[in-house]
Amino acid sequence: MKILLIEDDREAADYLKKAFLEAGHVADIAPDGETGFNLADTGSYDVYVVDRLLPRRDGLSVISELREKGDTTPALVLSALGEVDDRVTGLRAGGDDYLTKPYAFSELLARVEVLRRRIGAKDVETRYVVGDLELDRLTHQVRRAGEEITLQPREFRLLEYLMRNAGKVVTRTMLLEHVWDYHFDPQTNVIDVHISRLRGKIEKGFETPVLHTVRGAGYMLRAD
Amino acid sequence: MRLPAVMRTTAARLSALYLLLFAICATVLVVYVTSLSVRILTVQTREAIVEEVADLGRAYRRGGLATLARVLDMRSRQPGANLYLLAGPTGEILSGNVEGLQPGVLDRSGWTERPFSYDRYGDAQDSGATNHTAVAQVIELPNSMMLLVGRDLGEPERFRTVVRRALMAALGMMGLGALLIWYFVGRRALKRIDNVSEASRQIMGGDLNQRLPVSGAGDEFDRLSENLNRMLDRINALNEGLKQVSDNIAHDLKTPLTRLRNRAEAALADVSDESASRAALEQTIAESDQLIRTFNAILMISRLEAGYSAENQDEIDLSAILADVVELYEPLAEDCGVELSAEATDNVSVVGNRELVGQALSNIIDNAIKYSSEAEAPKVTVSLKREGDGAQIVVRDTGPGIPPEDRERATERFVRLEPSRSQPGSGLGLSLAKAVMKFHGGSLELDGAGEGLSVAMTFPARKKG
Repeated sequence: MKILLIEDDREAADYLKKAFLEAGHVADIAPDGETGFNLADTGSYDVYVVDRLLPRRDGLSVISELREKGDTTPALVLSALGEVDDRVTGLRAGGDDYLTKPYAFSELLARVEVLRRRIGAKDVETRYVVGDLELDRLTHQVRRAGEEITLQPREFRLLEYLMRNAGKVVTRTMLLEHVWDYHFDPQTNVIDVHISRLRGKIEKGFETPVLHTVRGAGYMLRAD
Repeated sequence: MRLPAVMRTTAARLSALYLLLFAICATVLVVYVTSLSVRILTVQTREAIVEEVADLGRAYRRGGLATLARVLDMRSRQPGANLYLLAGPTGEILSGNVEGLQPGVLDRSGWTERPFSYDRYGDAQDSGATNHTAVAQVIELPNSMMLLVGRDLGEPERFRTVVRRALMAALGMMGLGALLIWYFVGRRALKRIDNVSEASRQIMGGDLNQRLPVSGAGDEFDRLSENLNRMLDRINALNEGLKQVSDNIAHDLKTPLTRLRNRAEAALADVSDESASRAALEQTIAESDQLIRTFNAILMISRLEAGYSAENQDEIDLSAILADVVELYEPLAEDCGVELSAEATDNVSVVGNRELVGQALSNIIDNAIKYSSEAEAPKVTVSLKREGDGAQIVVRDTGPGIPPEDRERATERFVRLEPSRSQPGSGLGLSLAKAVMKFHGGSLELDGAGEGLSVAMTFPARKKG
């Protein structure tokens, strides 16, 4: 996909551009808010990655003006500001996701790829199918190879999120955010325990694994 | 020579200024008073002369020149007499008690324009002819003779001189006194200020335990020194805290960084083993994540401690947060063999920040599970109840607990008590929880009645806004 990266730190921007390329995406770099706004306004991108503090123009004002002009391209805000209410400000300005520096690139990439899925996909699907695993959002039923699997409500939401983003890396932070609606750092990786329970339920007695661990990044649901 | 230094002190400058102002005022006053007195004396003199002239005029009209001359003669002889002079048309003196006159005095009739000098009869015999000054009225008589009636100005002049001398003497003495007072007082003040400066220099030089001298006089110098000393004490305490935190940060971050580096080095040394390199890289990422987490926690604590703001606060449902966090930790507790249970009153709301409270509670539950998992029949109970208009969450565990003397320290940054050194963690969990509670205007208390540890998060009654 085509990513517009508005970031004034040259080194970070170059590194991200290279990393996006390796992941199979194309990225344009804008070194300041004004240039970024003009590129976004005239070009067509799938996702904007915007730093908050930019020369010539603040990142949030770029996003909010684009939103006013009817641009719905998903935007991810990068920020070193870790103020308690910073995320709220960022999301209110029209950002779709928010990542605080320092961040791991795997986290950024995972979030960008998930953001992109939102284009057009308005969560209207009521059934997700990955290989022989099916999830029905209406009846709250989960089947694997036709066999019903009973899940706890939280496990169901966990699986639903993983299936909605099947084939993409989902980080622990993203899971905590979307499934539990919290954004903090648990001291212990509690998410891993939840995943291993879910894994136990959906893979027990089946040959092929569907819920994969991506070392150093997170998890991915994929039918091999 | 200290004088120039004394001159540079504020006290000395002020004294000099006062002295100058006082001298100016005194001079102006004295000059005004003397001139006023002199003017009064002069007016009196003139009135006396006018009266004399009227008298003499009457004598002249009565008996002509002869009578005038006789009266003049008579009056001239009286002690302390006025000046009388009768001169012929050519200016020769015919009668009176004036022997010599400043030229030009008799040229025009009327009041003499300014005081003139003259010689009295008998002056010439005195050693050194004195020059008297006088004012007079000159009258031209019908036969072109000139009559002069005047009065010596000795009195007002003497008065003026006396006053001038007294003023000079007073100003001189005042100046001298000021100089002396100044020198001693200024020098004493200067000495004390020098002492303070010296002490400050030593403090700036790094001797932070040095304090400014206090003389015990209880004056403003002492008060200043005492306040500065208190400030230094405060700075010292903060410094100590800062030093401890930086030491801890350095220590706690150095260890994982060193591990990180060594692991990478070891992996480089053995490039043939693909899987070992991969494992090393993965370890490196995991280690970096932990470091980032630690940094985030440090930053978060600093921000929370930096100030309380009511802006990002809402009505939050503590019961729901408790249920969420307990649910999040249930699988972990089960894996560790810990029985985790919650006893919560429903719909307990306070004003606060949901994410922060969630983080704090998760840190405390995390600790409780970690430390009680070693115990027999480990249990962690999380309870929530209303406390007046506020609320209180208590997390109890059956772990080893914390001895009372260590409880205060346990919530300090990076403090990892001995038994916990072996456990994973940054030593920031409880400090973050404490900072969060402080941010909410509440408190975090550690207690251990019975066995294990109980941590109480108390939320005060607060209204939003």
